[in-house]
Amino acid sequence: MNFIFYITAAIAVAATTMVIFHRNAVHALLYLVTSLLAIAVIFYQFGAPLAAALEVIIYAGAIMVLIIFVIMMLNQGDSTVVQEQAWLQPRTWIGPALLSALLLVQLILLVSNGQISSTQTFHYIGPKQVGIALFSHYVLAVELASMLLLAGLVGAFHLARRKKINPGESSNAN
Amino acid sequence: MPIETAPGLEAGVLLASILFCLGLAGLMMRRNVIFMLMSVEICTNAAALMFVVAGAHWGNADGQVMFIFVVTLAAAEVAIALALVLQFYHRKHTVDIDQLNELRG
Repeated sequence: MNFIFYITAAIAVAATTMVIFHRNAVHALLYLVTSLLAIAVIFYQFGAPLAAALEVIIYAGAIMVLIIFVIMMLNQGDSTVVQEQAWLQPRTWIGPALLSALLLVQLILLVSNGQISSTQTFHYIGPKQVGIALFSHYVLAVELASMLLLAGLVGAFHLARRKKINPGESSNAN
Repeated sequence: MPIETAPGLEAGVLLASILFCLGLAGLMMRRNVIFMLMSVEICTNAAALMFVVAGAHWGNADGQVMFIFVVTLAAAEVAIALALVLQFYHRKHTVDIDQLNELRG
């Protein structure tokens, strides 16, 4: 069943490439959702069904919907495609792309020269084991995560509020 | 129980590396704040994939626990970042990150 992994990995890489090169924000977001769904399939194949379900529900569901809400609130229309085309010239992206490719080559060399492939068997880890580990050994981290989410809620509410801005002092109106 | 049909650990690590480098490249080459945010999400997701693959390799539930924390972190981060994007667009009427150049030291 290895071919399923390779097809899914190819879908993930192709969709992610489309995300970083696409001009339309909503289309790029749809490609990102495709990439996340492909990664969910990969999680399932690596024996992690809880991670696969959470990837679909939280990442592809909640977070992407949040981004699409903001894209629709900004409501930029068709002019942004032309603007993106002007911003995304080859002389702009060739430098970062080359540097990232170099980093990727280094990572591949490190992985292929390492001694990590001692055994090739994977272990199925169901939701029960994860839940037991999460609420016994990591229960303090769960509480900290709840504090983080509360801080994120309060911060997002405060930051997204529309305040009156004087035109002359827009930089220090806060 | 072990799974025999899954691909090797190296394949998972390579996929995570490729996705992370793609996200990093997107973060550097785009000027639209929304696209930069999406690239950060790609990087976060690649790190989460690495956690899950390593946890599956060693038969340890900690990988998926860390995945849950990474998802929580990404949710909080994207909420704050989108609020900042809204505020930025409200003030500057653009999504060009280069317009945020008023902090001169």
